[in-house]
Amino acid sequence: MTISRRTLLGTGAAVGLLSACGSNTGRDDGGSDGKGPKLSQWYHQYGEDGTEQAVKRYADAYDKADVSVQWRPGNYDEQTAAALLTKSGPDVFEVNGPTLDQIQGGQVLDLTDLFDGAKDDFNPVVLAPKTYDGRIWSVPQVVDMQLLYYRKSLLSDAGRKPPTTLDELVDTARELTTKKVKGLFLGNDGGSGALGGTPLYAAGLQLVTDDGKVGFDDPAAAVALAHLRDLYEDKSLLLGAPSDWSDPSAFVQGLTAMQWSGLWALPAVKKALGDDFGVAAFPSAAPGAKPAVPVGAYGAAVSARSAHKQAAKDFVKWLWIEKTDYQRDFALSYGFHIPARLSLAKKAAPLTEGPAADAVRFSTENGYAEPLRWTPASRVAYQDALSRIIKSGANPESELRSVVRKVSAELDRVKKKSA
Amino acid sequence: MNAGSTRPRERPWRRLAGSQNRTLWFWAFVGPFALGLIVFTYVPLGWSVYLSFFDAHNTVSPTDFVGFDNYTSMLKNDAFTDSLWTFVVFTAFIVPTTYVLSLSLALMVNRMRRAQAFFRSVFFLPAACSYVVAALIWKMSIFNGVRFGLANTVLGWFGADQTAWLSTTDPPWYWLVIVTVRLWLQAGFYMILFLAGLQRISPTLYEAAAVDGARPGWQVLRHITLPQLRATSVAVVLLLVINAFQAFDEFYNLLSDSRGYPPYARPPLVYLYYTALGQGQNLGLGSAGAVLLALIVAVVTIGQARWFGLGRKED
Repeated sequence: MTISRRTLLGTGAAVGLLSACGSNTGRDDGGSDGKGPKLSQWYHQYGEDGTEQAVKRYADAYDKADVSVQWRPGNYDEQTAAALLTKSGPDVFEVNGPTLDQIQGGQVLDLTDLFDGAKDDFNPVVLAPKTYDGRIWSVPQVVDMQLLYYRKSLLSDAGRKPPTTLDELVDTARELTTKKVKGLFLGNDGGSGALGGTPLYAAGLQLVTDDGKVGFDDPAAAVALAHLRDLYEDKSLLLGAPSDWSDPSAFVQGLTAMQWSGLWALPAVKKALGDDFGVAAFPSAAPGAKPAVPVGAYGAAVSARSAHKQAAKDFVKWLWIEKTDYQRDFALSYGFHIPARLSLAKKAAPLTEGPAADAVRFSTENGYAEPLRWTPASRVAYQDALSRIIKSGANPESELRSVVRKVSAELDRVKKKSA
Repeated sequence: MNAGSTRPRERPWRRLAGSQNRTLWFWAFVGPFALGLIVFTYVPLGWSVYLSFFDAHNTVSPTDFVGFDNYTSMLKNDAFTDSLWTFVVFTAFIVPTTYVLSLSLALMVNRMRRAQAFFRSVFFLPAACSYVVAALIWKMSIFNGVRFGLANTVLGWFGADQTAWLSTTDPPWYWLVIVTVRLWLQAGFYMILFLAGLQRISPTLYEAAAVDGARPGWQVLRHITLPQLRATSVAVVLLLVINAFQAFDEFYNLLSDSRGYPPYARPPLVYLYYTALGQGQNLGLGSAGAVLLALIVAVVTIGQARWFGLGRKED
């Protein structure tokens, strides 16, 4: 039989088409090596060395399921949000949430029963945004917080003390700014992203009140945000740094005298600067109001589309509730995080001295967590307004009025959905 | 029984296959692509239109029909209308500048007697670079805001202060970064199109013009070269406008950060990306925006084609 060129091409095309439709989704069902069902677990990419190996080691140590860890660089929130729409997403995944819409949309499982007896041991500030309708939707892994780093030597050279009010922060930043060094780094966007609601909390306000109303419909809000404009207008802010606020590079390279960053950056700062640095909360922005620091937690959640729901829940319970030695290792051995368990945080030796101890104190005394009802749509509206206030000098009162309008509409929407 | 029939009856599938199996082969070769087009383009398109009539938060199979609510809230949303303005401003910058730059490059390269191929390749090379890579180079090494960025170093020699190119809204320096990166990337490609057009112009026209006393330079360019390049120019402008509509890569990579995107220089696609695919996952609202955008693109393109007389036979 002779094969004509056409037949060959045609067959090739057909075979190619068929094999392209293969079903290699990176997971399969049923245990193959006697370790029980296969689960896939997702993490976002942590910057610190060793974290990936550590989480893989934990997963390997679990003997009731075959857990494969996926380390996902890039836009993690977008990736998980899209993956949750399909069955090929993760079974267990860490999430900076879950968001209210993910909970209301039934995309994640209720994990309340995993907390049996352990609930009181979790940091209540970070557990609150994981709770909706009295049910808990993810297990906090570690507590992260953001705070202000400052160079002690530069401050004392200028004869300044660490700022305790926003006015002082503006003055100090202006004074520390020279031709080569800027006074303060709040992120390349001028602070609208990294600070978020922190200035409002430092003015004694809230993003959303406990009964689900807008928490910053108050003249004090505009006053606080106007100060951020002052920082920008004084040219005290470092802008356009090669790495953004979450990375301490700008601070340790001496591009700025003060920087807003995360607790995770503390080991790197300490290594580079030794004792020549201190930490502070975001200073008080209204008379009588306490300083504020944002705290938050990535939580371990279970996808509602998982093929092995119970096995996935069992794994989460094992790793993030029972195995306290792993939780300790994860929080303290790589980056620098506060354990989500109060009992572990108390025993954590690295957190008992120096700036780390200050940070832990801020997290308990001044910490706030973004409320669950502060949805991405509200955040975008607020951040846009904040950016316009800081960079373009927009009127804070009128900008805030329009934000309040948008946020109340959004709060009505989520309320209606839960009813 | 009819013994009179001599011709064997054609089997139905034979007839379907066409003479010499032509129909069969047509589908064998076109089918996969048509299928791909339907599955990956038309179905998602239709689905998007479907989603735009629902409250579709975090779901692609919504149940909550809301009629035109998504459309009205999108049209009333100042962030969306601002993004359309961003697009208009961007187009107003980028289309004329690319046009002028690539035409001048083409005219210069076309006049070279030696090393023409070399310069043609050199100017074309940036077109092979990825938008993402170029945007990152622009953002991190050329136009970063600290004193050791390239632009700031050069300005520093003249004693100027460091400028945060991407963070300054007054004056809007970020446009300089956005426009130059795209200019660098695409000017070479359009230069090639113009070169091809220039080489099609008959030398006799120039000779005739010279005999008639046309001065070389502006007069010849205005009365011979540009009219002869009309077809090329129309194609170039159309492509430029459509490309500007699709702008996403350089905007996103230059201006986004881990906490989102600033409210300025936010073209429609970037805004819709955050609405539909960001953490908000408001797929219904995002789809409504996409449909509106598609309508605008269609109207503009058709209007433009009409106005330029695209596809009209040249005299």
